[in-house]
Amino acid sequence: MERQAVNRAKEAFLSGRTRPLEFRLQQLHALQRMITEKETEICTSLKQDINRSQYDTPLLELIGIENEISLAIEKLTQWAAPRQVDRNILTVSDEVYVQPEPLGVVLIIGAWNYPWAVTLQPLVGAIAAGNAAVVKPSELSEYSSLLLRALLPRYLDKDLYPVVTGGVSETQELLRLRFDHIFYTGSSTVGKVVMEAAARHLTPVTLELGGKSPCYIDKNCDIRIACRRITWGKFVNCGQTCIAPDYILCEPCIQGRVVECIRQTLLEFYGADPKCSPDYGRIINQRHFSRIMSLMEGYTPVIGGQTDASQRYIAPTVLKDVPPHSRLMQEEIFGPLLPIVAVSDMDDAIRFVNEREKPLALYIFCSDKKATKKMIEETTSGGVTVNDVMMHYTLSSLPFGGVGQSGMGCYHGKHTFDQLSHQRACLIRSLGMESVNLSRYPPQDRRRARRARMALKSPMIDLSKRTFVWAVSATIIAFGLLVTLLVILLIASGLNCTCWYWRGWYY
Amino acid sequence: MATETQVVEKLRATFRSGITVPEQFRRTQLNNLMAMVNENEEQILKALHQDLAKPKFEAILSELVILTNELHYAISNLRSWMQPEYVSKSLATRFDDCFVQREPLGVVLIIAPWNYPLQLLLLPLVGAIAAGNCAVIKPSEISLATENLMAELIPRYLSQDCYAVVRGGPEETKALLENRFDHIFYTGSQSVARSILQAASVHLTPVTLELGGKCPGFIYGHVNIVAAARRLVWAKFFNAGQSCVAPDYLLCTRATQDTLVPALRQALEDFYGTNPQTCPDLSRIVSPRHWTRLMNLLGRSKGKVVVGGESNEEDKYIAPTVLVDVTEDDALMEEEIFGPILPIITVESLEKGIEFINCREKPLALYVFSDESSVINMVLEKTSSGGFVSNDGIIHMSLPGLPFGGVGGSGWGSYHGRWGFETFSHRKACMLRGWALERLNGLRYPPYRDDKLGWLRWTASPKSSCALM
Repeated sequence: MERQAVNRAKEAFLSGRTRPLEFRLQQLHALQRMITEKETEICTSLKQDINRSQYDTPLLELIGIENEISLAIEKLTQWAAPRQVDRNILTVSDEVYVQPEPLGVVLIIGAWNYPWAVTLQPLVGAIAAGNAAVVKPSELSEYSSLLLRALLPRYLDKDLYPVVTGGVSETQELLRLRFDHIFYTGSSTVGKVVMEAAARHLTPVTLELGGKSPCYIDKNCDIRIACRRITWGKFVNCGQTCIAPDYILCEPCIQGRVVECIRQTLLEFYGADPKCSPDYGRIINQRHFSRIMSLMEGYTPVIGGQTDASQRYIAPTVLKDVPPHSRLMQEEIFGPLLPIVAVSDMDDAIRFVNEREKPLALYIFCSDKKATKKMIEETTSGGVTVNDVMMHYTLSSLPFGGVGQSGMGCYHGKHTFDQLSHQRACLIRSLGMESVNLSRYPPQDRRRARRARMALKSPMIDLSKRTFVWAVSATIIAFGLLVTLLVILLIASGLNCTCWYWRGWYY
Repeated sequence: MATETQVVEKLRATFRSGITVPEQFRRTQLNNLMAMVNENEEQILKALHQDLAKPKFEAILSELVILTNELHYAISNLRSWMQPEYVSKSLATRFDDCFVQREPLGVVLIIAPWNYPLQLLLLPLVGAIAAGNCAVIKPSEISLATENLMAELIPRYLSQDCYAVVRGGPEETKALLENRFDHIFYTGSQSVARSILQAASVHLTPVTLELGGKCPGFIYGHVNIVAAARRLVWAKFFNAGQSCVAPDYLLCTRATQDTLVPALRQALEDFYGTNPQTCPDLSRIVSPRHWTRLMNLLGRSKGKVVVGGESNEEDKYIAPTVLVDVTEDDALMEEEIFGPILPIITVESLEKGIEFINCREKPLALYVFSDESSVINMVLEKTSSGGFVSNDGIIHMSLPGLPFGGVGGSGWGSYHGRWGFETFSHRKACMLRGWALERLNGLRYPPYRDDKLGWLRWTASPKSSCALM
């Protein structure tokens, strides 16, 4: 079944109908309509999957998708146009450019935590770049996955963008087939499996993985505001966000204040009993519920800790003085548990972060710009937001992706388009001016060799913008000097005449 | 003699110390590399001649000049490449600092092949150094003289704590690949690439694969056959055909073939004389094993030799050879030839030629020869390849502004110029916010209300900033 869907997508791609920009725009408009018209159904499916509140869905998923689609529609012509590059003297009369081209059939494997965003945002880029795409939503977000399978063929080309649902075995079946690119969002463990499967066909991959995103709170910062922002980022979607601040690093002297501020914020956000708040989510399934519960074992939280297995409810929970080697600090939490780990100062925090795998996101709360710059420079991560959390995700001009264990490749906005395109180097020459070529042909002698070397040497023949600006400025200055010289000469000769005139007058 | 793991660990410790990050350090190393190439030109040419009987002219153009160009380009652009790249913002982020910062990845592995043993080893290294990484450099053991020379020269000119040369064959490469790298840059064959990608997947290491394949040369329509033949011959028989971007086979109509073959014959005579074996401008095959492989292909081919065909095992010599009446299931069409053998396959029409190309793996390069721009545009639009050149061959590699790399079976990723710098960098997205405008943030906090959503949509849209203007 999977094979048939992929073959149909391949044939549809080879028919060439995704090439014209009008077709791609038409599909993007249709996708836009789907999101707008079916917002209620999408919200309902998310409520059933993960108890997502009605407001969280547009906030966290739909607005992002809509923005991506609008941007792609507005900029597609620009993105798909050839990009000119510098030439050397040998190619000065040729056309030299990079042409973005579709790759072919892309496989998009989604995750369950933001099932619409992580499947449809890559899909927007795939469509814009002129590819066909097989969409495989996560089976854990069952209602969303079934709804996507029902909706997408109603709005988009059925053959080019099939939705394949199913579990592990269906995914494995898909991974046996050959794609031109695989875009996977999920865990590092499965990411390795995807990359290994891709290796068989030499298929390039984009892996949006996870990890433990550290959040450093400096003692010199507005702790109250910092804690509000962190609380929001941590407990939205019940902590099941790849870029949620996983744990806090701060000095022991502010730990108490941090806990109090978080406690106050939680009260403001979810009330005295978050279980009753319509804005607080649930854990996706029993397996993850048990996993998160086991991470808490042996620790007494300072906030929260209440659970209800029947609802898969875990209260927003904060734990302090967590030892760096505890289980809580070994794996990505992906739930509403927020450990606080003590560090002695910012340098200690930098060392702590660098001893661990490169995270998907790093958060720094600090009012000292110099210190912040230092921390950014001395650490590495997929992305950084300073004095807030997760916001770098929302700006589509910033590339969103991981590094090291947190992923490879990036997307959002034009970056998705580029990721799912092939940048083809094009050199268009004519068969004329063959005499120029003679110096590169054998039989070789010293004279020819020298000429060929000269023609290919770029520093002498740099036609870049910088040299052009230099050349223009130099010409203007030279011209200015010439004019000045002429004026001086004119004045001098004028004076000369005047002198003679006066002399004449005297004599 | 340190093991591969010890070498990698030493480099990782150096990288952690941060000395490769400052611009001055990178510039110094790049300048040292330039000095290494300039001061040892004679030795380098000698080693290349020993390995491949590479004519001095070919070596200078395709190994030295291309490398020094790349170094000049990197050195003069390094500062601007390292600058943060400020990006356009939405209303919600209007007062924030939003930029992309390029960062080094860490310890990278560069594995080079034997056909352009200097260029394909050091050109990626330029990108790796410019991006601030440490690097393990693995030259090919098949081009032994160059491998020896690199092992001697690189530690003399570059920092030994940051860049290490590891020598050896498949065993040593396998041992290397068991270690964790932050990027693997491999140039070579598809079969080895698969095992490299498997090894990389264990550590989730990103890779750049510069592979090969069969690069078609398509001659169609009205064409200046003499000029086309000369450029084709130059591109094909440069380095005795042992180039990943050499035109592997030709496609043309029967009528074109009738004028092409004599033109090819004439060009070959002009270039290499009547007895190419005595011509100093023609390379040799790199090893007896590869010579045997080529002769085997030639022997099994059902095509008719119309030019060349002579060979000499002791000299590892194969004459520039052209065959006609080659069909698509011929022995010469089974694998990448990588030698001075040029089969010509006839097709009936432009469409059939395009179909022939599209039935096969996407090639590293695609060459079209025609005076008709409609022909060129048609092939350009209906095919895909790493690179595309009309009316010439190979020369697109000399432009540092163009990304050099494959697609599909011919590779993943690209380099040269800024593309090399980007390959070995991580683009970190940075957003620096202030403490003000917390009220605006209130739109996203629970408890949620309907009216908040409308405002949120507006502030988060990329267009909203224009609305304010």
